[in-house]
Amino acid sequence: MRRLFTFHGGIHPPANKAQSTTLPIAHTPLPEMLIISMHQHAGEIAKPAVQAGERVLKGQLIGTPGGSFSAAIHAPTSGTISAIDMQVVAHPSSLPELCITLQVDGREEWGERHAVDYRNLGNAELQTHLRAQGVVGLGGAAFPSDMKLRHTLPVQTLILNGAECEPWITCDDMLMRERAAEIVRGAEILRHALDAREVLFGIEDNKPEAIAAIQHAVDGSRLPFEVIAVPTIYPGGSAKHLIKMLTGLEVPSGKLPTDVGVQCFNVGTAHGIKRACDDGEPLLTRVITVTGNVVQARNYEALIGTRFSELLALGQTLPDTNRYIMGGPMMGLELPAAEVPLVKASNCIIAASDALFPPPPPALPCIRCTRCADVCPAELQPQDLYWFSQSNNFGKAQEFHLFDCIECGACAYVCPSNIPLVHYYRYAKSEIRARDQEKRAADLARERHEFRQLRIEREKQEKAERLAQKERENAARAAPAPVAASDEDTRQMRINAALERAKAQAAAAQPKNIDHLTPEQQAEIAAVEARRAHLHKIAADSGADDEPPKQS
Amino acid sequence: MLRVLLALIPGIALYVWYFGPAILVSLTLASVTALATEAVMLKLRARPIRPFLSDNSALLTAWLLALSVPPLAPWWLVVVGVAFAIVVAKQLYGGLGSNPFNPAMIGYAVLIISFPHEMTHWISPQALGGVHLSFAEQMSYVFRHMLPPGLTLDAVTMSTPLDTLKTQLHLGHSVGEIRELPIYGRLAGHGSEMVAAGFALGGLYLLFTRIISWHLPLVFLGTLFTMAGVFHLFDPAHYVTPLFHWFSGAAMIGAFFILTDPISSPTTAKGKIIFAAGAGILTYMIRVFGGFPDGIAFATILMNMCVPIIDAYTQPAIFGQKDAKK
Repeated sequence: MRRLFTFHGGIHPPANKAQSTTLPIAHTPLPEMLIISMHQHAGEIAKPAVQAGERVLKGQLIGTPGGSFSAAIHAPTSGTISAIDMQVVAHPSSLPELCITLQVDGREEWGERHAVDYRNLGNAELQTHLRAQGVVGLGGAAFPSDMKLRHTLPVQTLILNGAECEPWITCDDMLMRERAAEIVRGAEILRHALDAREVLFGIEDNKPEAIAAIQHAVDGSRLPFEVIAVPTIYPGGSAKHLIKMLTGLEVPSGKLPTDVGVQCFNVGTAHGIKRACDDGEPLLTRVITVTGNVVQARNYEALIGTRFSELLALGQTLPDTNRYIMGGPMMGLELPAAEVPLVKASNCIIAASDALFPPPPPALPCIRCTRCADVCPAELQPQDLYWFSQSNNFGKAQEFHLFDCIECGACAYVCPSNIPLVHYYRYAKSEIRARDQEKRAADLARERHEFRQLRIEREKQEKAERLAQKERENAARAAPAPVAASDEDTRQMRINAALERAKAQAAAAQPKNIDHLTPEQQAEIAAVEARRAHLHKIAADSGADDEPPKQS
Repeated sequence: MLRVLLALIPGIALYVWYFGPAILVSLTLASVTALATEAVMLKLRARPIRPFLSDNSALLTAWLLALSVPPLAPWWLVVVGVAFAIVVAKQLYGGLGSNPFNPAMIGYAVLIISFPHEMTHWISPQALGGVHLSFAEQMSYVFRHMLPPGLTLDAVTMSTPLDTLKTQLHLGHSVGEIRELPIYGRLAGHGSEMVAAGFALGGLYLLFTRIISWHLPLVFLGTLFTMAGVFHLFDPAHYVTPLFHWFSGAAMIGAFFILTDPISSPTTAKGKIIFAAGAGILTYMIRVFGGFPDGIAFATILMNMCVPIIDAYTQPAIFGQKDAKK
């Protein structure tokens, strides 16, 4: 029996998982339209690789990664691209993101599929493959999976995260029950890529069916993987906390699990990786729990881009539903509208009503009771962070490790004064980020301005030097002239010099686009130049007779 | 905070058993004053009144202060103390959650400094014989300052066990002789030791229901015990036993109900230990070498002042930064 470790804090909210595990995972009917966000992953926005009006096949690349930290996006089914524009997506700000709208033709016509045998691939080639297949973490953060295969230290332990600690969500649970063999296969691919010494499945002990199914699949595969039931505690599914429970290692603040020789993948991701390698299918669908205030809660395998309203219609929302939460009640976000599309990170959609999720009573002052510090899994002092955040004392908040907060919401859950603590931390974080950005922008602007000043100064100096140089040349040319020259001569000399300068300037100012012209055009230009020279001559001549203009 | 009030009830019940029901009148007076002043201040500060009155924090302040004031003191004494605690020490600092000092202890400090004479009107335990006022006579004194004909105040009140100890030691008596006086019981003052035990019982309830953490009460009592123990071993004729210190004065109510006010005490575990140890040392010092018979109030207030610094310097290592500190 493996020795398990504990982490500080944690809570035990009501699980509410039984509702959505009575029925097996169902496939959603093909929707008529899909709205596919170009920003479904952590990192940079993907670039559309198709045009409006183009017909695409199932699995065809429609968005290329927008940078090294980004993910590819594929057409979940065949159809015609009807629009590429900004649409409201699942983001609390309700700000629109670039989306591709796909009119589904219902033919499910597959494009090319690139199945690979993982045993022939090294880590780097697998990274390239997963990147091309648009595989991202399905646990919630949607971190590109190829990035997670990068490591500098040898990976000792590979952890498959099936904890699923958030209440209400059961998509990983059902996936483990029904597709355990595929998950184990995905784990084997990852073990191969990372060359990990041991593979551990961490599953919370409130999912005995999933534990049994995975254990059965592991036994069947004859792989030396270990299936471990971990205590049910929120947020035990946080990667860093699951690593702590299973290995006793604490991933240092600001570091990655690979820095302590561990890597952690969600079981759903392992399933996606199996499909990407063995079947050559990019990430086109995901399992999502539809639950809450619905007649029939259930898990569905839905195409990316399906609108939540269609999923909710399958579950039949009850009439008193007044809002929708994507994700769990602890960390999920309230959707701006039910019409927004499913993204790779959407693990759950909860229809919420005031009866099911009563609005919290009004917040009272903090009495520093430190219930929050008792449950904080990051071992922070939430009461201090709250104090600094609400008084806009952001420097102090950072000093008290604001950015180590994982926003799990355990503090707000236990707060006897009902303070929405996480709101304050999010506010402070976004303020700090905004200020950082502003500062960087200001720094850049200042640098640019300083550089411009410098350039203007330099050009001025260069001009002055050029002038001085010319003066010297002129002086040198004028020097050999006879000293006894008459006034008339000197004047003539100056005029000649001026003419010379004018000519030089004209030559310098001559545009270069007259090089390759027809002979007629060149003749015309020559005529114009001659006339201009003539005029200059006249001007110079008349100028020679002129007296200095009188001051009137 | 309702459960904290409930936890005070065993102590109050024993108080009534040994000293008569006068304390209930002070508790009522204090409660009414606290709720009234709190309501007025909330109104003046344009804050919602109902949620803040129903959080029981004003009542707790009132009860703690009423239990620290002699029941035979004139009625206005407890009213002034509670009003000062609520108006100045709590609401003027920003109300619930913003007061740096324990309001009840500020109220007590104001009374003991401003009205030292009235603060000595402690009733002698009923079992000790001598003259006893009926409840009606006590009330007549509290509200109209009238004693039954032929009685002086000295005949019906006594100084507290801690006070007597201090005075008698000054007069050159040894601890052994002093402890023979009728006001003393097995551990400390007759009657008052049982009241202290009642508060300890309520405190244990708070401890086991995890309403308070163990750090503050146990470290405070431990420090007090150690201090008293060292001095007692060194010179038992002049320094009473640690148990005497535990069961006299406000040690028990202080350990479980006063120091544990979360608002005015540190938030970190290490900070709580420092805070409680400091309060224990100060309490002993004030009791034995200071000018006041008991030291809980001043020790609490002095340590309250240090809370921001204690908190700032006792920040625990966070998840993922423990190795970095080693």
